[in-house]
Amino acid sequence: MKEIGIYIHIPFCASKCLYCDFNSCASKEALIPAYFEALAKEIEECNHNAKVASIFIGGGTPSVVDQRYVGVILDKLSNKFYINDNAEITIESNPGTLNAAKLSAYKGYGINRLSMGLQSTENNLLKTIGRRHSFDDFLKNYNDAVKCGFKNINVDLMFSLPDQSLKDWDKSLRTIAELGLQHISCYSLIVEEGTPFYKLNEEGKLNIPSEDLDREMYQLAKGFLGGSGYSHYEISNFAKPGYECSHNLIYWKAQEYIGFGAGAHSYLNDYRYSNISGIEGYIRGIKEGNANSKERDFISKKESMAEFMILGLRLIDGVDREEFFWRYETKVEDIYGEVINKFINQGLLLSHKNRIALTDKGLDLANIVMMEFL
Amino acid sequence: MANERQQKIRNFSIIAHIDHGKSTLADRLLELTGVLTKREMEEQVLDNMDIERERGITIKAQAVRMVYKANDGEEYVLNLIDTPGHVDFNYEVSRSLAACEGAILIVDASQGIEAQTLANAYLAVNAGLEILPVINKIDLPSAQPEHVKKEIEDVIGLDASYAPMISAKNGLNVEQVLEAVVKYIPYPIGDEEAPLRALIFDSYYDSYKGVIIYIRVKEGTVKVGDNIKMMYTNKEFIVTELGYLRPGALVPGIELRAGDVGYIAASIKNVKDTHVGDTVTKASNSAKEPLPGYRKVISMVFCGIYPADGSKFGDLRDALEKLQLNDASLSFEPESSVALGFGFRCGFLGLLHMEIIQERLEREFNFDLVTTAPSVVYRITTTDGIVKMIDNPTNLPPVTEVDKMEEPMVKCTIMVPTEYVGNIMELCQDRRGLYKNMDYIDEGRTMLTYEMPLNEIIYDFFDALKSRTRGYASLDYELIGYMESDLVKLDILLNSEVVDALSFIVHREKAVTRGRRIAEKLKEAIPRQNFEIPIQAVIGGKIIARETVKAYRKDVLAKCYGGDITRKKKLLEKQKEGKKRMRQVGNVEVPQEAFMSVLKLDS
Repeated sequence: MKEIGIYIHIPFCASKCLYCDFNSCASKEALIPAYFEALAKEIEECNHNAKVASIFIGGGTPSVVDQRYVGVILDKLSNKFYINDNAEITIESNPGTLNAAKLSAYKGYGINRLSMGLQSTENNLLKTIGRRHSFDDFLKNYNDAVKCGFKNINVDLMFSLPDQSLKDWDKSLRTIAELGLQHISCYSLIVEEGTPFYKLNEEGKLNIPSEDLDREMYQLAKGFLGGSGYSHYEISNFAKPGYECSHNLIYWKAQEYIGFGAGAHSYLNDYRYSNISGIEGYIRGIKEGNANSKERDFISKKESMAEFMILGLRLIDGVDREEFFWRYETKVEDIYGEVINKFINQGLLLSHKNRIALTDKGLDLANIVMMEFL
Repeated sequence: MANERQQKIRNFSIIAHIDHGKSTLADRLLELTGVLTKREMEEQVLDNMDIERERGITIKAQAVRMVYKANDGEEYVLNLIDTPGHVDFNYEVSRSLAACEGAILIVDASQGIEAQTLANAYLAVNAGLEILPVINKIDLPSAQPEHVKKEIEDVIGLDASYAPMISAKNGLNVEQVLEAVVKYIPYPIGDEEAPLRALIFDSYYDSYKGVIIYIRVKEGTVKVGDNIKMMYTNKEFIVTELGYLRPGALVPGIELRAGDVGYIAASIKNVKDTHVGDTVTKASNSAKEPLPGYRKVISMVFCGIYPADGSKFGDLRDALEKLQLNDASLSFEPESSVALGFGFRCGFLGLLHMEIIQERLEREFNFDLVTTAPSVVYRITTTDGIVKMIDNPTNLPPVTEVDKMEEPMVKCTIMVPTEYVGNIMELCQDRRGLYKNMDYIDEGRTMLTYEMPLNEIIYDFFDALKSRTRGYASLDYELIGYMESDLVKLDILLNSEVVDALSFIVHREKAVTRGRRIAEKLKEAIPRQNFEIPIQAVIGGKIIARETVKAYRKDVLAKCYGGDITRKKKLLEKQKEGKKRMRQVGNVEVPQEAFMSVLKLDS
């Protein structure tokens, strides 16, 4: 039986942050019961057999709903699938929405990894981007989690925020590293269409760092975290050895996963497909027997090879030639030899023993490398 | 002495400024004489190319034979020869007119005489034609027919007292035009027994019959089976078919006699064997002299046309050959450019001709093209005394070898509302124009005459004219010769490499400003790349302008999880597509539009 990852989407939030273009909603709490009913049904009616290596409960803010909903869903999953004993089970949360009782419940359900969306340690910056919590809220929740026995905790941090200085960023990195938690994700702010930040930016009112400062912040994170015991293992992700996120590695290794919930994506049996994104639409879809959206792509061998490269290069160690050969029965140079050489010459890719990976410069310009593998 | 048959023939053209109603009147005439029923009529039948319709101009001359029963009870054969409606095609117009005895001059009652009204009127007068003025669009509220009649009399010197006043659109008074044609336009004369002399005024290529030539028989008679000869090309052919013309149809007959307008098919394979303006005679018992007025077609404007996809070079050549089948005035030669690869140097009658060909290549043949800036033909005398005609700036000999440079000059006639005269005079002066004359047409309009270098006109002069006068100005120009000028070659370097496709020749006085503007435009047009790109404008090794495109430092997606993968792939694909429209010039990716952006300098 094949091994897959499972993703559960919980799209509810207390409020919408100014930069957010995720599939999430505030003020739809009334739909929570119906949503979880649909989610449970979707899992029950799933007719795929597989072993589950990891479960990721994301959102929105999964921690705003009553923990019992989460318990029910995990229960349904273990009835449906064989969940590995050592499966990594993550739930995303926001500081300020956790408490000892909730955390304890999560632990009881088998959740063994906690991800917290902190974004910044500076309260003024948190306010600027529309977060509802303070740094103290975070500390309190973090300590509760540690006390509760969580041994695998991730914090999300953001740089290139409006009005953020290099010093602010340095402070955030130091403060978090000092806590000694296991995993840190560092994302640069992207001004996405359709968000309030987009509009402000168009009007010239968003004081975001220049491209040069953005890269400086990124370099700082790489340098500092590297020196603090964190291994930079993916473009935006740092972890203490052994604490890399198994679930996300499934994505980057172009392996299979099933997504449940509104807007959830799946990759199974050579198809990438997704569910209807709107909460109401999803609920209705499940009622009518099918919540799949129109998006459904067949991934041919050629496409799969391209994905293998594009996703694999996000890992700092890059792709392994032998892995490529084992999976596709052909040498990576036979398909992409020219492209690889071109970028090695341009200093964007390096080849070391069996691995082909992005250089430091390549990490900054990853898109132009990846584009050529399509 | 004209025989009875000839006395019942009228050969005429309709000439006018753009949009004054030429094609609509032609439609009405065809309708009235029953050539086409109303149902068969699609508006403006004679313009059957899409591009013609869209731009409201006629490119190909067409001819139609109508039969009209006049008020005097007699039947007349009216041969209407349509003429191209743009200054670029003046030679074709003059040959079509040479096939006629008269011309209907249409003037829009609300606009009055415009630049091309005059230009065409002069062509007709020079061709010795009888001109019948017709005042059109009298249905418009702004129509001033009496005023326009007076204008015609004052400016052109024609008697307009008997000019029919019509609305071609509504069909009002159009029969008066037919009567006037019968009454005022002379009938043809010519000895049917004399050696054959027939004027070729147009042609087109038919895949079954070969080249079909449209002719006006001036003297003699031609029959099916006759052995004919083209007097300028000396090629001989045997007539397989001949007859007269209806819209979109050939009506075969037995013979064509002096005074007739019709067509000949003679298994002619190559359109280059039949020149507009040539004389057709018989192989035996040939005429002694060809008909006058023949001129070898000269191209005024050249540009390089390259396929965006280098592998399509052969297809592009095929497409150009196909276009040339029906357009003998299009010339092309293969050429190559370091920047753009392999393409063709194409010669056109003018800017409009060039635009039309480019558009047809893109639309009818589905090409993605890169075109260089248009260039005129310069006459260079080297220090060795050799005279060279240079149509491609990259072929200019080094400065040290050039003794003299001459550029083509044109006489421009610009019709402009009086309130803009100062503004337009400034524009002409700015383009190195030499003021020649100013004429007040009436209280509202002035006609300016300037002598200007052709290379100052071919970029955006016409657009500038229009935009400065809110569209009211009109322009006509003709080549008047070459003049020595202080010209230099401006080179553009990208990332320290000369981009030959961007080079052009400019007057020394304007070189620095032009170089600066181009560097600025290129800086905007070229997208940032992951290295810094210096843009330099250089004359004779000296940098006269410089801009820099900053390198971008970041092109990476911070997050890529399960739900992002499909979207991310699409984004990368889109980015890749965008790159395809780029030309690789050395290390620099340059979008196709950048090559054209150097042209829009007066915006």
